[in-house]
Amino acid sequence: MTRYSLFSLAAKAVSGHRGWQRAWRDAAPKAAYDVIIIGGGGHGLATAYYLAKVHGITNVALVEKGWIGGGNAGRNTTIIRSNYMLPGNEPFYEWSMKLWEGLEQELNYNAMVSQRGVLNLAHTDAQRDGYARRGNAMRLHGVEAELLDLDAVRRHAPFLNFDNARFPIKAGLLQGRGGTARHDAVNWGYARAASALGVDIIQNCAVTGFLTDAGGAITGVETSRGPIRAGKVGMSVAGHSSQVAAMADLRLPIESHALQAFVSEALKPIIPGVITFGAGHFYISQSDKGGLVFGGDIDGYNSYAQRGNMPTVEDVCEGGMALMPMIGRARLLRSWGGIMDMTMDGSPIIDHAPIPGLYLNAGWCYGGFKATPAAGWCFAHLLATDAPHETATAYRLDRFATGHLIDEKGQGAQPNLH
Amino acid sequence: MRIPCPYCGSRDIGEFVYRGDASPVRPAADGAEAAMFAYVYLRDNPMGRHEEHWYHTQGCRNWLVVTRDTLTHEIPSARLAAPLNAGDAV
Repeated sequence: MTRYSLFSLAAKAVSGHRGWQRAWRDAAPKAAYDVIIIGGGGHGLATAYYLAKVHGITNVALVEKGWIGGGNAGRNTTIIRSNYMLPGNEPFYEWSMKLWEGLEQELNYNAMVSQRGVLNLAHTDAQRDGYARRGNAMRLHGVEAELLDLDAVRRHAPFLNFDNARFPIKAGLLQGRGGTARHDAVNWGYARAASALGVDIIQNCAVTGFLTDAGGAITGVETSRGPIRAGKVGMSVAGHSSQVAAMADLRLPIESHALQAFVSEALKPIIPGVITFGAGHFYISQSDKGGLVFGGDIDGYNSYAQRGNMPTVEDVCEGGMALMPMIGRARLLRSWGGIMDMTMDGSPIIDHAPIPGLYLNAGWCYGGFKATPAAGWCFAHLLATDAPHETATAYRLDRFATGHLIDEKGQGAQPNLH
Repeated sequence: MRIPCPYCGSRDIGEFVYRGDASPVRPAADGAEAAMFAYVYLRDNPMGRHEEHWYHTQGCRNWLVVTRDTLTHEIPSARLAAPLNAGDAV
């Protein structure tokens, strides 16, 4: 693998940019591996990379039914943050944030990590108190958080609709280290780095079933490109977790829902970092190309359609107009839907499956992007050592049966409300 | 998406509230804990045909069981979740 550097860029520039190598090998499946990872999204790629880099397990196959970057890796709003409240969540997301902060040097790839801040707005006194509590919880975990009063919010984002009769802005909780990253670059960077360490990235290879031994333990996968054996199989397939788990006769506490997101035409820089509306559900950032990237609630009913319906489009745009009327004249360029694996408590699962040989990384709801580095790190740790990583001990599959839920929003067993 | 309400006819999805998979059946209160766990938490989450509860909150306020394809959003049928009383018109 040629290292990317200013020197390599300049050398290729004078030769007309001919001679760049492929970023990763397009591998064909071998008969057997130490570990197979199902799903070539950001999480699967990060898992493969950390298996090879941290644990020295390089005989790894990553099987992807489509192409790298074609699933939820390209269907997110690229926000990174670690502003969680509960002890089961906050150390994990902060570990992810720390990995984001060193990611580009680690991968030798420009992932365009941009820490311009995540501001959550409060619109009632009770909500301000709630954010103060969350900010204090973050600080107890060693994560910086700042409760902004009205004047400070005005300085941060003077264009907001502060005096909206129904949703006046009272305060904000700012995580200055939050921000955005370039979603494609994250995946390409992990794919390139994993491939260079020996991981086989096998695209256009759909898993159609599991291979089992006489005792029922999983010993590999059936794929559209033939059977592949492995000592351990990890699944990291986001919205299709229930589908892949069903091949192993496993039912999960998960429903798949469509989340829509939107991009406007490119504008000059107007939105500082990420801003979220606390009275409805609307969040917005501005991409480095200038497009306003925003989203809101999931559509709210089970879906695998990768597209949503108009009432949610209307609801998201109403939220945007209530919060920042200045964006009303920006034209919408495109919108898309991604399929989210919504769990019953809104928190993820990184755990052994109840079937020997099978490991789960699932249930990321609509928070999977920010978790990409740490989910890969912790899933690789579980696959390599058979023990959970210290920041992911709460993400157990059996927590739903034992009552140890991680319900950040306090909504109960209603996947479409998280 | 439009839902063919048996009472009101074809109506926009915005009039309805989704209340989840209609197939889990609440187990008896004195039943096994595992059955209650499965009822509350586990879902088939199928890709394709799905029977689900929708409440027509902005219309007739009936509970419906809607059959919908989760991949295409096509809705072949919808029926009332509870049987009508004798003499009620549909």
